[in-house]
Amino acid sequence: MSKYYLNYLDELEAEAIYVLREVWAQFQKPVILFSGGKDSIVVTHLAQKAFYPSKIPFPLMHVDTGHNFPETIKFRDDLINSLGVELLVGSVQDSIDQGRVAEERGKHATRNALQITTLLDAIENNKIDCAIGGGRRDEEKARAKERFFSHRDEFGQWDPKNQRPELWNIFNGKYFEGEHFRVFPISNWTEMDVWNYIKREKIEIPSLYYAHIREVVWRSNSWIPYSEFTVLEENEAVLSKKIRFRTLGDITITGGIESEADTLEKIVDEVSAMRNTERGNRSDDKRSESAMEDRKRQGYF
Amino acid sequence: MKIDNNQLLRFTTAGSVDDGKSTLIGRLLYDSKSIFEDQLISIENTSKRRGHEGIDLALFTDGLRDEREQGITIDVAYRYFTTPKRKFIIADTPGHVQYTRNMVTGASTANVAIILVDARHGVIEQTKRHAFIASLLQIPHIIVCVNKMDLVDFTEDAYNNVISQFEEFSSKFLIKDIRFIPISALLGDNVVNRSENMDWYQGAPLLHTLETMHISSDLNKVDARFPVQTVLRPQREGFLDYRGYAGRVASGIFRLGDEITVMPSGFTSKIKSIDTFDGELEEAHAPMSIAITLEDDIDIGRGDMIVRSNNKPETSQDMEVMLCWLHNNPARPRAKYTIMHTSNEQKAMIKEVLYKIDINTLKSKTDDDSLNMNDICKVTLRTTKPLMYDCYRENRTTGSIILIDDSTNETVAAGMIL
Repeated sequence: MSKYYLNYLDELEAEAIYVLREVWAQFQKPVILFSGGKDSIVVTHLAQKAFYPSKIPFPLMHVDTGHNFPETIKFRDDLINSLGVELLVGSVQDSIDQGRVAEERGKHATRNALQITTLLDAIENNKIDCAIGGGRRDEEKARAKERFFSHRDEFGQWDPKNQRPELWNIFNGKYFEGEHFRVFPISNWTEMDVWNYIKREKIEIPSLYYAHIREVVWRSNSWIPYSEFTVLEENEAVLSKKIRFRTLGDITITGGIESEADTLEKIVDEVSAMRNTERGNRSDDKRSESAMEDRKRQGYF
Repeated sequence: MKIDNNQLLRFTTAGSVDDGKSTLIGRLLYDSKSIFEDQLISIENTSKRRGHEGIDLALFTDGLRDEREQGITIDVAYRYFTTPKRKFIIADTPGHVQYTRNMVTGASTANVAIILVDARHGVIEQTKRHAFIASLLQIPHIIVCVNKMDLVDFTEDAYNNVISQFEEFSSKFLIKDIRFIPISALLGDNVVNRSENMDWYQGAPLLHTLETMHISSDLNKVDARFPVQTVLRPQREGFLDYRGYAGRVASGIFRLGDEITVMPSGFTSKIKSIDTFDGELEEAHAPMSIAITLEDDIDIGRGDMIVRSNNKPETSQDMEVMLCWLHNNPARPRAKYTIMHTSNEQKAMIKEVLYKIDINTLKSKTDDDSLNMNDICKVTLRTTKPLMYDCYRENRTTGSIILIDDSTNETVAAGMIL
């Protein structure tokens, strides 16, 4: 006799597929925000499952900071080809060239905050009413209160103190002209769940997640990749290390960890033994105790 | 860790302001080694800055900046931890401001409610409210944690008092499974590790209880209900005539060849295939997300419900509902709202407020038909077209609704169909 309950990964998967189908049913023009990181790859994989045997019925959208790992862009283009879906790109470089935003200056300058304007412009220009993200509630304390269906006002802003209550599995995606929603199908997943799922489903991920030899600089307690965008300080040295990345973002701020994990099995073992949160290596979150909350209020991912 | 059989358990925590709820959650996370080193260091620093001795476990559950500044929790926050036996999702609901709205939200998806009682004070009014809401939302299991046992010298009497007080008032509630555990969240007694101070308690500590309690019967596996979310029409080679109805099994089990009826049209057919990305299935049960194809070509869309022909839900435009008002704007008399029920959406009107429950005395009042924030009322609703529903007590998915105010698009009420 079969068992009539799901294990937790199957239940998380069924929940995410349900959420993605609700998006398709409730919105006019949704997109998946695709960064090339593992979470957006998992969301894309789940969307493939949700609409099979149809193709994913909406585009993927990449907010391109211009500071990319070349591996990420290649991965993105290959995936788009194999899925046969449309790709939209919002370019931070374009936003700078158009004078919409100004580049930060100094050693710790990043394009992280600039993405907000590019993202909101891309949403407005493409008339997008729902941006599906790979955000998870376990990532950061401001995300712990995020809804599955998260309302954004006409300025793209999140009001954490005035969120719609979300009960059972009934999602209210109603909005007025100019407003939009952010939807997070894997809200209830942890980093460990994501890795276990990638391993179980044999999902292809960029080589950057596997341990590899790379030129790096020690900065803010992690190994920052040395690239054409790196401005070296006097006391900094470029070293060659075997590292891997736990998250992927802008190449100038994504820190790697020293690791020997070059297979999915080894990564899962390493993550389960890990004593630091994955965002611990992201210098964008270290600026202040409420750095993430402040960016989210303004319209960040 | 073996993933194959590990289940997901969702629980909500309720307690008054000083019952030690945040400390309990911090203790569960800390003792089950679910806290990362950088989180721990950040909390040690904050504890030191605020002049605490040791680490303040309650800080783990602090979320938004306003809360950190004011030292209170203002919205439902979700926490996660995993043990070798289960994955857990905690809906951490605030103790005071807007507690009804938030607890109802957190309770709506929970398998278990943990209700905290301060051993020194015993059962107080808030305890009764929390138990009432847990029973109203039909949370299948309740665990009453009698906390701060260290402050009553770990005596059995204090614990027994709480049990008898609780049994007394809760006997008229619809609670299927209730357990009591004496704990000290601050010191860790009976949270993850067995207490060495309470030999008289023979039961399991909290975490062991959560890891082992039977939850696979929490979902209704009897009444087969499949609300259609969307229709899949791939129109590509190999699938040119494919017409799949995508949705999540709300309850019960569907098998190949089952005789089904599509509601509300009443057309009948048989299940031809149950499809997923990973292949066809012989059968599917709640809460699986699948696509169903039928032997016959029938016009089916979002909002319709596929059910087994020999077991149909209620169909009516009029229903009695326990309504919890969630919004600052009170209900407008005879106003129309959008009602969402499974994947079905239409208009509804609150025809009559039958009575209001005084959340403090738990008695019903018939002389007050206003609906304000945090009010719980029994009302009659009328919808523009028939709704296909089961009573909430039998089916949490097909028995629940929300109301949306079209002038603001806000969710203003949650309802349980009687």
